Amino acid sequence: MSQPIIEFAKVNKWYGNSFHVLRDIDLQVRAGERIVVCGPSGSGKSTLIRCINRLEEHQQGRLTVDGVEITDDLKAIDDVRKKVGMVFQQFNLFPHLTVLENLTLSPMWVGKLPKKEAEERAMEQLQRVRIAEQAYKYPLQLSGGQQQRVAIARALCLTPKIMLFDEPTSALDPEMIKEVLDVMIEMAEQGITMVCVTHEMGFAKAVADRVIFMDEGQIVEQNNPHDFFNHPQNERSRDFLSKILGH
Amino acid sequence: MSTFTAIAPRPAPNATTGPLAWCKANLFHDWKTTLGTVLIGVVLLSLLPRLFAWTLTDAVWNGGYEACHAGNGACWAVVREKFRFILMGRYPHEEHWRALVCTLMLLALIVASCTRACWRPWLAGLWVGVLVAYLALMRGGFAGLRYVETDLWSGLPLTILLASLSMAMAFPIAVGIALGRRSGMPAIRSLCTVYVELIRGVPLISVLFMASFMFPLLMPQGFNIDVLIRVLAGITLFAAAYMAEVIRGGLQAIPKGQVEAAATLGLSYWQTQRMIVLPQALAMVVPGIMNNFISTFKDTSLVAIVSLYELTGAMGMAMNSDANWRPFRIEGYLFIALIYFVFCFSMSRYSQWIEAQVNKSRQR
Repeated sequence: MSQPIIEFAKVNKWYGNSFHVLRDIDLQVRAGERIVVCGPSGSGKSTLIRCINRLEEHQQGRLTVDGVEITDDLKAIDDVRKKVGMVFQQFNLFPHLTVLENLTLSPMWVGKLPKKEAEERAMEQLQRVRIAEQAYKYPLQLSGGQQQRVAIARALCLTPKIMLFDEPTSALDPEMIKEVLDVMIEMAEQGITMVCVTHEMGFAKAVADRVIFMDEGQIVEQNNPHDFFNHPQNERSRDFLSKILGH
Repeated sequence: MSTFTAIAPRPAPNATTGPLAWCKANLFHDWKTTLGTVLIGVVLLSLLPRLFAWTLTDAVWNGGYEACHAGNGACWAVVREKFRFILMGRYPHEEHWRALVCTLMLLALIVASCTRACWRPWLAGLWVGVLVAYLALMRGGFAGLRYVETDLWSGLPLTILLASLSMAMAFPIAVGIALGRRSGMPAIRSLCTVYVELIRGVPLISVLFMASFMFPLLMPQGFNIDVLIRVLAGITLFAAAYMAEVIRGGLQAIPKGQVEAAATLGLSYWQTQRMIVLPQALAMVVPGIMNNFISTFKDTSLVAIVSLYELTGAMGMAMNSDANWRPFRIEGYLFIALIYFVFCFSMSRYSQWIEAQVNKSRQR
């Protein structure tokens, strides 16, 4: 078995002095693995994945991403961010830049690619998410589903080893969820490491190698999707599943 | 099961068509609005003819002060008589062409800086070139040009010089201060906060006074900075403090997600500010920034306190120095009011154009 690409070892984090949001997190993610993180609101799922690219800092424990330990060292953080793409619930596209400019920004300024090359790469990614014809529009001129696909393409332009998804379909109208999930499923088939916070259980069943259930800052249960959905081991996960699948 | 039948879109109903219907709806809707309309109409009708007569028909356009004293209307002759003094102030009379050339050059530079086609790297070089030429020609003292001390620079050229340079310098300082007040580094943050609070806590007059009279006392003997530069620095620092707060308002309005997205893309702090945060924040506060610019333009009139005579000061001097024309200062003030209005209104129109430009990305 290969070395884990992401490794949490007894990671703890607090918001302020009192709110213990991550409690003794131990987690190993293998390269190419596809992980879905679920759990009730406030359980620490988003915080967990935001620690991976240091949008949040953990206060205790060791967190290693692709051989680099995440510490205060800015250089290490920069290194990690080049390998980790992220897609947000609110898309976070840059509204003052066109779709194409959103995609070429980082390759040009961080990756130092010439403009022409960056644009070629961007168009490739836009085709991959089937939205190339919108390249010269501004993000707010697109629908939510289209914006989220642009956001995915933007993250892919960095050619990341790991993709983090923080509830990528939660802000979408129901009829747009599928177009985003389809893109994500295609990505999953191409073997990139994915850590995805989502409540889309259909997606979890279809692509996840492992489902992680969190509650109150802890990893309560982790298992392959089949066993997790059919035979949840913990009362908390059983309770959660009955709530989201029950209707 | 019923089938879906599309209803074709229809134009919105238009309640008010034509000026008559508009008047009926807005001016004579019921007895109260009718009464209001009639009252306001009567007042306007009784005032307007007098205003019209004073300004135009009874006005004295030509001739000397005797004609003005004899007449009932406005004395526009005072403007004709004094306009060079009002516009140029103490700048030597036979050298006025130099101030005129310099000011036109500076205005052309400002217009160029406001034009999209000129937003190129060479614009910075142009600024340096124009400013050097400006200083050389205004001061003189070479090639047979008479030397003119800076405290003789006055009138409209001084207004434009002070306003444009202080705005151009205050803007980048303000951006820096605004970013500093949101910095993660406590020392920088408190420094910027103290700066803003100190400067905003005192009137511009006292800043100018200190710049002009206190500053030289603190300097070693024989070491002096030109009064114009000191005053310019005073106005700049003052305007920057206000503008910084306007810009900070824009920075606050940028969602945190924008910065996070930039971070995940690997952009550095400065790249994020320059390419993501500032373009959006500044676009949001264009009206506020223009507010600052316009008040800075008019605030330059306060330099009279330190014996520099820009447009307002020169106008006062022109009137006070001549007892024969002194009664007609109202006409003089109306004249410079018109000049101020032309400049401020152009700035206001320009800011509306900028707003339209930056809002393009938000149109569907």
